[in-house]
Amino acid sequence: MRHLLRTPAGLAGASLVALMVVLAVAGPPIWGAAAERIDPAALLQGSSAAHSLGTDSLGRDLLARVLVAGRLSLALAALATLIGAAAGIVLGALPSVLPRRAARLVTGTVNALVAFPGLLLAMFTAVVVGLGARGAVLGVGAAIAPGFARLTQTLAASVARADYVAAARMLGVPRRRVLTAHVLPNVAEPLILHLTQALGGALLGLAGMSFLGLGVQPPSFDWGRLLFDGFARIYATPAVAVGPAVAVALAGVGFNLLGDALARAASRTGPPARGPAAPVASENRSPGEPDARAVLEVRDLTVTFPGGVTPVRGLSLTVAPGEIVGLVGESGSGKSLTAAAIGGLVPYPGTVRAARLRLCGADLGELTAERRRRLLGTSLAMVFQDPMASLNPALRIGGQLAEVAVVHQGASRAEAAARAVDRLGHVHVPEPDRRARQHPHELSGGMRQRAVIAMGLMGTPRLIIADEPTTALDVTVQRQILHLLRRATEETGAATLFISHDIAVVGELCHRVVVMYAGRVVEDLPVEGLATAAAHPYTRALIASLPDMDTDTSQPLASIPGRQPPPGEVGSGCAFAPRCPLAGEQCAEAPPLLPYGTDHHVACWKAT
Amino acid sequence: MIIKSLTVRFGAFTAVDDVTLEVPPGSIVGLVGESGSGKSTLARAVSGLVPYTGEIIGAGRRRVQMVFQDPYASLDPRMRVGASVAEGVRLSRAARRVEVERLLSLVSLPAELAGRYPRELSGGQRQRVAIARALGARPDLLVADEITSALDVSVQGAVLNLVRELRAELGLSVLFISHDLAVVRYVCDVIAVLHRGRLVEVGTTDEVVGSPRAAYTRALLEAVPRLGRR
Ligand SMILES: Nc1ncnc2c1ncn2[C@@H]1O[C@H](COP(=O)(O)OP(=O)(O)O)[C@@H](O)[C@H]1O
Ligand code: SF4
Ligand SMILES: [Mg+2]
Repeated sequence: MRHLLRTPAGLAGASLVALMVVLAVAGPPIWGAAAERIDPAALLQGSSAAHSLGTDSLGRDLLARVLVAGRLSLALAALATLIGAAAGIVLGALPSVLPRRAARLVTGTVNALVAFPGLLLAMFTAVVVGLGARGAVLGVGAAIAPGFARLTQTLAASVARADYVAAARMLGVPRRRVLTAHVLPNVAEPLILHLTQALGGALLGLAGMSFLGLGVQPPSFDWGRLLFDGFARIYATPAVAVGPAVAVALAGVGFNLLGDALARAASRTGPPARGPAAPVASENRSPGEPDARAVLEVRDLTVTFPGGVTPVRGLSLTVAPGEIVGLVGESGSGKSLTAAAIGGLVPYPGTVRAARLRLCGADLGELTAERRRRLLGTSLAMVFQDPMASLNPALRIGGQLAEVAVVHQGASRAEAAARAVDRLGHVHVPEPDRRARQHPHELSGGMRQRAVIAMGLMGTPRLIIADEPTTALDVTVQRQILHLLRRATEETGAATLFISHDIAVVGELCHRVVVMYAGRVVEDLPVEGLATAAAHPYTRALIASLPDMDTDTSQPLASIPGRQPPPGEVGSGCAFAPRCPLAGEQCAEAPPLLPYGTDHHVACWKAT
Repeated sequence: MIIKSLTVRFGAFTAVDDVTLEVPPGSIVGLVGESGSGKSTLARAVSGLVPYTGEIIGAGRRRVQMVFQDPYASLDPRMRVGASVAEGVRLSRAARRVEVERLLSLVSLPAELAGRYPRELSGGQRQRVAIARALGARPDLLVADEITSALDVSVQGAVLNLVRELRAELGLSVLFISHDLAVVRYVCDVIAVLHRGRLVEVGTTDEVVGSPRAAYTRALLEAVPRLGRR
């Protein structure tokens, strides 16, 4: 709820709706008498000191009438919404209980109704039922129902496919109970959100019906009716139409804003990103001389979110040309945010601080936004776990690859298209010219990931960041993609940062391994030492818990008790202490990352 | 339990082609193969979630329970852990409480977790809950479909240990599906290799890992990542 009120739109929506509710409750008792007082001396007046919105043909004060009409307008809208929602939900739920053919008939009807203009449906119903408030409410209800039916259908279908429903079926849970225990609760929330938005629509719809003379009939009056009465005089005395029009608009906007904000809060997408956070130099830390050889040099990188959440805390990392560095750690350790910080992709409201963030010799924090974008665009290639994060589903593969060359290398369309096909072939996409003409959904997961790598290879990247690029793929395909990444690194001489939670994969692909835990680097060592020379208790435990082809099957696997603290709960000591068999008093203070033999760094008090 | 001549077709496509496989009581049979080879389809057929032709002998419906790959999708986000675990338990209200506690302790979870929602649990804990839920139906066969591949290495080991303990304590039979041969080698007594919907090799773990007969099995063994081997 607090989250809801934090956005301006949510706050405005909630205030408007609250105002409307107060008006509906308090309006008639306060202004009821004034709204009915007939004054033959003040017929059809415009705006004046006594009547700020003018008077009607019986001399009644229009401001009072607008304030009083709120109750009827809102009540009718609520009624219409309830009727529409009830009808729609029943209609939407029917296909999941009816026999196949009847279900198809219902679905077809709903689809046809959704395509039908709502206002026409409302008017048609109103004319059939008869003029007046009843007809208008039923009409608007009828217009709302198909939307609810469609929403219910899609929601129910997606829940019905969920693994937890399959599990319930296997356990022999009766159909009716599956519906009440699983389907309805998971469908209810989005439906309630839709209800709020539908209310705004119903309000506008009913006003429209009354305005057309199909709705509320005198002596009753709602905002639409007042608008209808005032409209004839709009040129002579515009004030008389302004009151009801503003009231309808405010109420409609209020409900829609509130509905939107609720929906957004529920899906936790937050307010739209305000562009990625730029790195800010962190004060009072001298990072020493920059490493001239490194393609990427990160010193003391920190990523913070409001509320004391610091998922990356003081991370340092160097990657040399032609080197593949593996960044491992369990999920939530801050691997992806590290990659995002380097690529300038940390979402709002995150802040990125670093004593140094150098890419290809340029300090990203010191570049102008434009130059930073260009540097990242030409020298950084990113590959994510989900290739669809990098591909536009609506565009052909070839066109998307070509776009890169056109934008960043100033190639002509034809050159770029030819290069796209060439690159696709280079990453072993069979029939590259045909594939280039296909859309992403026509490719398998492995093929899509190849296409994304090909996209990275359209230019000559200096740094390749691959964040869990093979996690969603099966082993054999995974292996091919790893080969491809290694070859790309060898051919281009680029530096590669390979992020994975799978220490076995990292151990096989990389030259050097950087182990992260709770936002910090705990160990950094050459891959040859991974199996035998790891010095940090966490790294050792990870390796011990990993079965390989030589593991003694008569012994239980080692496992690490407890769990990694979430980024908001990391204390000032060693974050691994609660799970560490070696923890002692000293560990109440965070250990620094110190050299340990050659090319090897460890952050542990007990590693000596 | 014996799976006999099991075939699953989706339209013209044959996802599982005439598979015959025995899971002896109290043993863990591993099923390996690349994704798309039909492992999950076979699992779902055995669990009664997709229609098939052929026979499953020695295990009635409800006597086969499946644990899914993604512990984030297999628990109802709006249902408390206790209620989820109780779904397969057919007992009176009071007895059910006790049974849920027993099931949770079987998978080494504290009883107070029953009152929590899945979002408050880690991936490893959720997977234990899913296993407890399946055990509630007292299955003759547990089908475990890639149950560790969505988990971090640090908790994967504990879940694998749990599967072995359950077999030792309850005499549970398990059809254990994984793409990871090192994992399968560690937990399984028998390994079956599936390729394009057909079984290409079945044998004891030592046989299949030590002297693979099918070329495809050898390719799979080659593909197992090894630490520090480049
Ligand atoms: N936009 C965000 N707002 C707040 N916290 C976030 C955000 N993005 C990620 N986090 C938190 O930061 C931590 C590290 O996330 P991430 O870098 O994705 O870890 P990894 O890639 O290692 O799994 C997680 O606990 C996550 O919940
Ligand atoms: S610093 Fe202490 S608690 Fe941390 S890993 Fe080392 S011994 Fe364990
Ligand atoms: Mg990640």
